[in-house]
Amino acid sequence: MSPAETVLTQGAGLKKPEDLTLLHEVADATAGVSHLEMCIQCGTCGGSCPSAADMDHTPRALFAMLRAGMREEVLRSNTPWICVSCYHCVVRCPQEVHIADVMYTLKGMAIKAKKYTDSKPPDFSQTFVGMVETFGRSFELGLASRFYLTHQPLRLPGMAGMGIGMLTKKRMNMLPTKIKNMEQLTAILNKAKTLELSS
Amino acid sequence: MNKYIFYPGCSMEGSARAYYESLKAIQGPLAMELEEVEDWNCCGATEYLSINLIPAYSLIARNLALAAKQVNGTNTVMAPCSACYLNLEKADHYMAERPALGEKVNQALAAGGLHYDPGSVQIRHLVDVIINDIGLEAVKAKVVRPLTGLRIAPYLGCMVPRPDYAKRWSDHEHPSELDDLMKALGADVIDFPMKTACCGGHMTQIGPETAYELIRRLVAEAEEYQADIMVTMCPMCQMNLDAYQGETNRHFGTNFHMPIVFFTQLMAVAFGIDPKQAGFGLELVSAKDALARIGLKAPDTGEKPAAPRKKPEGLPMPKPLPKKYASGQAVVMEE
Repeated sequence: MSPAETVLTQGAGLKKPEDLTLLHEVADATAGVSHLEMCIQCGTCGGSCPSAADMDHTPRALFAMLRAGMREEVLRSNTPWICVSCYHCVVRCPQEVHIADVMYTLKGMAIKAKKYTDSKPPDFSQTFVGMVETFGRSFELGLASRFYLTHQPLRLPGMAGMGIGMLTKKRMNMLPTKIKNMEQLTAILNKAKTLELSS
Repeated sequence: MNKYIFYPGCSMEGSARAYYESLKAIQGPLAMELEEVEDWNCCGATEYLSINLIPAYSLIARNLALAAKQVNGTNTVMAPCSACYLNLEKADHYMAERPALGEKVNQALAAGGLHYDPGSVQIRHLVDVIINDIGLEAVKAKVVRPLTGLRIAPYLGCMVPRPDYAKRWSDHEHPSELDDLMKALGADVIDFPMKTACCGGHMTQIGPETAYELIRRLVAEAEEYQADIMVTMCPMCQMNLDAYQGETNRHFGTNFHMPIVFFTQLMAVAFGIDPKQAGFGLELVSAKDALARIGLKAPDTGEKPAAPRKKPEGLPMPKPLPKKYASGQAVVMEE
């Protein structure tokens, strides 16, 4: 069979029909219309990314892996956790893929499947969310002290000067502020936790 | 009088106190009336979105629902914080773009007796309302102490000009709004190439080495352009570049000293308001030298001059011979 005939009968290099279950699962779980299936693998995202150097895979490679159904590798990748949500890739993407939002989805999926390789970023998010669910507002001192003591106690001495500066200048509050109608917020969040976007 | 429904956000009461205080100071001169969203809650920043989608959007939407109840003469919700602005806009936009999301969020809101129809309010950033509602002419008319000779690097950060769902900004990567506003105050504004580059966001907490490099690029670029001061409109950018500049210096062995303040602080001093009332002195990298260029005395920040770096000792190495042995003559050993 000539190469041209192979392409016509089997598709471009494909030995079997594509399985897009994972790609659709991610697209469905993303807020808005993700356009994930529209990715043309141009690489503009990775080329625009300020933190790509620290990523296991560029966003382009990650989207190719989604298309290939490589669930394990995608959920273990540090790429979504290194994403700084600067939206450079989003405004440059010729296919209008909601790249930053897809990264949020992948983080959520990695947390649910407990597949992340570094526990620091998800714990930071969880601690932050814990504060918000308790007080309705963020509480930087509580967040910082709890997170640093658990994860990076060795960084504390070097940061003491800065922390004291923030406290004496009253840029960090000693006590949390609580919203008035906390019952209402709790009721909303509890109901929300029972709902799934893709169902 | 321009009236706005005002969503301050958590950082305005903490790390970005200088932003809030200077905003209160210029509110009168700019004839802005701000009505705070009653009992607002945190927008979740960039953290909640990665944990659980529907609760994250419901958290944001509670604010939108509360704001929509306060629509009276104006339906504009003004947010000065970039992350809050983006999250409010994101929720409003996606609830309309993906009806399934809107439906689920409203089911959750109903548990608290609330409801939100996307599009009920317009979400706008403080810089946008100052330029487009109040106008640069009105700003110029209030300037009594022009910032002549002060070299400013305008730094917008990422989340306001991008992704810009409502197409309000002149450009995604090189918008001119903040430059124009600073020029109206008489400042010498640098065409700053990194004006919308990222400060690292939460990476200062979870992946400091990624963040230090992004911070280094920004302050190095501002120094390269001989800026006296950087001016921002985002609490996160201010916090990262101000509070973590010391750690960045330690990490790279550099000696950057680039103050960064909020644009409202410079508007206030240009309007003749006392620097202290404008929130100067709250920054960790002192803006004293920058203010001195326009003849103002900044309040003391308590910043100590950095201790000179110790020379590394290194491994023991042979030292050059003392001079008396260096002439090439044979050395006679003393008995």
